[in-house]
Amino acid sequence: MSDIIRRDPRAEWIARNRLHPLHAAMQPAQHSWMGPNGVIRKNLHGIGFIGPNGIKRIDRSGAQQGGAVKRSAAVEVQLPLHQVPAPAFYISVVPDMVGGRLSSHDRDLLGLAHQLAGTDGAVLAVVFGEHKESAFETAGVDRLLVLEGEEFSGYAPEQRVQGLRAVDNQLNPRHWLLPDSRSGGGELGRRFAAALGERPATRVWQVKDQECIGRAGAGLQDLARPVARLILAAAECAEPVSETRHEALPVELSTRVARSLSRIEDLGAVAVDPAAIPMAEAEFIFSGGNGVKDWALFHETAAALGATEGASRVAVDDGFMARDRQVGASGTWVTARVYVAVGISGAIQHLQGIGACDKVVAINLDPGCDMIKRADLSVIGESAEILQALIAAVAAYRNDGRRDAA
Amino acid sequence: MSTNVISLVSIGAHPTSGRPRRADQDARAVELGLQLAGDNLQVLHAGDVAEPALRAYLGMGLEQLHVLEQPAGADALPALTAYLRDAGAQVVLTGSQAETGEGSGMLPFLLAEGLGWPLVVGLAQVESINDGSALVLQALPRGQRRRLKVKLPFLATVDNAAPKPRQSAYGPARRGELAADDIEVVEDELLAVATLQPAKPRPKRLKVIKAKSGADRMKAATAKASGGGGQVLKGVTAQAGAEAILKLLIEEGVVR
Repeated sequence: MSDIIRRDPRAEWIARNRLHPLHAAMQPAQHSWMGPNGVIRKNLHGIGFIGPNGIKRIDRSGAQQGGAVKRSAAVEVQLPLHQVPAPAFYISVVPDMVGGRLSSHDRDLLGLAHQLAGTDGAVLAVVFGEHKESAFETAGVDRLLVLEGEEFSGYAPEQRVQGLRAVDNQLNPRHWLLPDSRSGGGELGRRFAAALGERPATRVWQVKDQECIGRAGAGLQDLARPVARLILAAAECAEPVSETRHEALPVELSTRVARSLSRIEDLGAVAVDPAAIPMAEAEFIFSGGNGVKDWALFHETAAALGATEGASRVAVDDGFMARDRQVGASGTWVTARVYVAVGISGAIQHLQGIGACDKVVAINLDPGCDMIKRADLSVIGESAEILQALIAAVAAYRNDGRRDAA
Repeated sequence: MSTNVISLVSIGAHPTSGRPRRADQDARAVELGLQLAGDNLQVLHAGDVAEPALRAYLGMGLEQLHVLEQPAGADALPALTAYLRDAGAQVVLTGSQAETGEGSGMLPFLLAEGLGWPLVVGLAQVESINDGSALVLQALPRGQRRRLKVKLPFLATVDNAAPKPRQSAYGPARRGELAADDIEVVEDELLAVATLQPAKPRPKRLKVIKAKSGADRMKAATAKASGGGGQVLKGVTAQAGAEAILKLLIEEGVVR
């Protein structure tokens, strides 16, 4: 490309057209904003544009639209920081952390915690063991307590209750909030309630005016009662925090957590036939579409990975997969944590079906297809070669593990 | 040697009509108990002995059902704790939550705390019982299973992952015997402060677009799958691509 700076009439037209989807990207970069302490900050380098002779010009008439500078579409918005320097009380939240990250249920719970904390209280998140979450700040965590140690790893509900009791003794939170979910929160919360001798409010879906309402019985009735100290809240109990940033300051326990003698020993996960798991709730789906030519290899790879098989509509219509394996608008809406799409270009009906998936991996020949845009990791290439390499890599990984164990 | 198993049952409510019936999860607890102990299974209920729905449990092939008689609104916990302490059971099975009343699912946890027994949540299958401990499979979300070794005696809750209950037959239901025990009645203090009301349908959560300008709203309404978020590996060998995929799968913990 030449170095000559040219006018881009189309960019100027987009910059004038407020309704154009790219309008925001064509705006001059923000050069003055309100800092966290209420002082107006200016970026002097951002003012002006480079004129046709390569000299910086500043046009103060306001006529200048969309300069020659390339600007990124995503303008990072700095949310206001919510600080609680000396918390009057704590609201404790014990998120599920499925897969080491905050789930949407956990975020709803943090939103509810802020509703209860107001401006004086701090929201304390108690997390067990290792986590992969990097967005505690924007999810609304004022204080973060990580209870580390191998005694908390795996399935150790009795030890975790000991950990929560230690937190309760030291910080004495005003409320404890746990997700009433099947992925751990419901069980831990009830064990903790039994240990504390508190009567929890369960399946709570609304907390308002010092009253909490939860589902009772088989869901035909609601139970309204004064706000309990321990709340097991259902999903979507409150709006998640979205308009503030929080500090997520680390907190430590001053005492060591008592070790409990475990009467339940965790012997590890049991291999389950992945084909027997209903598609809608499978955790790991390996899905094939029109780009798959060697279906025997596809099945072999799914078996090697231990994944539930899925398919796009084309693969089902062509008779390579059964109808009940179809993912998408007219098939199953899946909720997998990891979804691998092999040779699926990503029709909108298919993308709707995988809307709830967490991580999407795409293997495809076409780098411009919609599935690549959705995917967190895409590999461009011939699917057969990549699948063969994947089988070999998995075998090598498992062999390594066995050698390490021996 | 057969194990001494007690299943705790309650009165359920039909999800649509609200009519009394055998509770689904409790029926599963009875089914699991029948598979474990056969004819030695004891079934225990705390409540009204005259409730016709109780006979549906007898119809599963039980000869007798113990009832600790107490009125509606009484606390079942002290009665059950006292009974179980002396019953000498090795395994006690319950459903995860009641279909009527508060249905908080706290009863098994409080029983375990009161008795000092370990509690297994979501029992799917008992593999073996020997030497004072049991190997059991616990049901996890997404169809997964976990193997646990738990000391006897223990309490276990069953949920929908447990075996389907057998059908209740009319003849055995009529012939079965309901043995009622009189016990001391303790009122549940929750009902003094809480009120039960018909369930309100929960509103569907709206997708709120917090846009400051019309252009942002337009963009949010018309946006297709947004690009640029993911990592794209182009022009790499199949081996390198496969390694990258496997690394992500291992990080996510789906390949073990």
